[in-house]
Amino acid sequence: MNRVVITGAGTVNALGHNVPDTLEAMREGRCGIGELEFRDVERLSIRIGGQVKGLDAEHHFNRQQMVLYDRFTQFTLLATAEAMAQSGIEFSGELAAKAGVVLGTAGGGVSTWDDNYRSVYEDGKNRVHPFVVPKLMNNAAASHVSMQYNLKGPSFTVSTACSSSNHAMAQAFQMVRSGMSRAMITGGSESMLCFGGVKAWEGLRVMSRDACRPFSANRNGMVQGEGAGIFVFEDYEHAKARGAEILCEVIGFAMTSDASDIVMPSKQGAARAMSGALADAGIAASDVGYVNAHGTGTAANDKTECAAVADVFGPHADDLMISSTKSMHGHLIGGTGAVELLACIMALKDGVIAPTIGYEEQDPECALDVVPNESRDAKVDVALSNAFAFGGLNAVLALRKI
Amino acid sequence: MNVSDKVIEIIAEQAVLEPSDVTLDSTLEDLGVDSLGLVESIFAIEEAFDISIPFNANDPSDSDFDISSVKTIIAGIEKLVAEQKS
Repeated sequence: MNRVVITGAGTVNALGHNVPDTLEAMREGRCGIGELEFRDVERLSIRIGGQVKGLDAEHHFNRQQMVLYDRFTQFTLLATAEAMAQSGIEFSGELAAKAGVVLGTAGGGVSTWDDNYRSVYEDGKNRVHPFVVPKLMNNAAASHVSMQYNLKGPSFTVSTACSSSNHAMAQAFQMVRSGMSRAMITGGSESMLCFGGVKAWEGLRVMSRDACRPFSANRNGMVQGEGAGIFVFEDYEHAKARGAEILCEVIGFAMTSDASDIVMPSKQGAARAMSGALADAGIAASDVGYVNAHGTGTAANDKTECAAVADVFGPHADDLMISSTKSMHGHLIGGTGAVELLACIMALKDGVIAPTIGYEEQDPECALDVVPNESRDAKVDVALSNAFAFGGLNAVLALRKI
Repeated sequence: MNVSDKVIEIIAEQAVLEPSDVTLDSTLEDLGVDSLGLVESIFAIEEAFDISIPFNANDPSDSDFDISSVKTIIAGIEKLVAEQKS
């Protein structure tokens, strides 16, 4: 089996339009959640989110691109450009023939659906733009990445709600580890912050009206975010041979299904995913210094996740740090694991643990070191990144400092 | 703006050309308008004139709408406008 490393990272999210700005915001414990701005927001009862603001898409894309790129594709392409520039990898010949792109998204082109349903239902129009389908399809972003960077190998999109990105990155990891490909582009993207997207979430009554406070006893729900996180996963020997900068190593993963409930999380499912990732990586629980939590800020997730961590890590659970960066960038649904992987990279590479901000009151059911409110300097050798989706589909990645 | 000028304007925008670069004898191929560009042009023309164009992208030659040159497209549009607006 080949060792797999990350040689490039890129992002667009509410904390920043690139990785350095995002990591700076995480270090400073800044909150990217604010008032939502889009048409008909006044008809929503939930009006906050981690919205990407100040991104001038027309500046980055020409008219022909704009008619084909939904916002989730725009986020993906901008993040990919950053990751590719950092990695310095170029896809041609045999490398390109086997390299692909595996991305996660839960909703794909949600705002394209929304705009065009509004047009035909509300405005009574009988004709929509011919590119509605290629613009909204869940694989649009992956396909545009493949076209732009000449990726001719396995390319597809994974959709497992809030675990989509982690499932996608697990696939890419396996492909490089097995030798099927020398390098893969992977990560995920989401853009549901439009009237219909938020309205649908409102219905579930799990959204907070004021803030995302994971693990805090007074937490009152999740807050949606949007954006993308994209990475270059590369064979270690390949990266070393071309002198690439290595951000960290991906050492294992596990995927489990709760097989129990469509929305309620299961401690066993989450625990099996974490212990499975440790086993796959061939490491002991005591090696883990940091867990980037799924940490949605809902009553159900946070206590279930903490109980699962306690089960998997035993007494070591009290020694490790676990934080939820959703408190800062919101819950990016299908893109969330990808943006959260940046916090793991920061922990491993820079020795800085991103905090759980908005933490106000201790919850005896979440009695772990959640790195409250302020980032912390700490040396971490191994980090886990958790994602537990609606539908009971869990995916956990394990990463190591290099 | 008459039908001809408007159609030329739409096709020119698709081709990323100035309207003056689009002649009546130009074919879409000459102008570099591909199949997606054609479908988008037809949409734009339908929107501009509020007409419905019988065009099937699966088999353009089967449609009762001749796209072999800018001239035939304009003639087709003028006919449709006259029929559908009368």
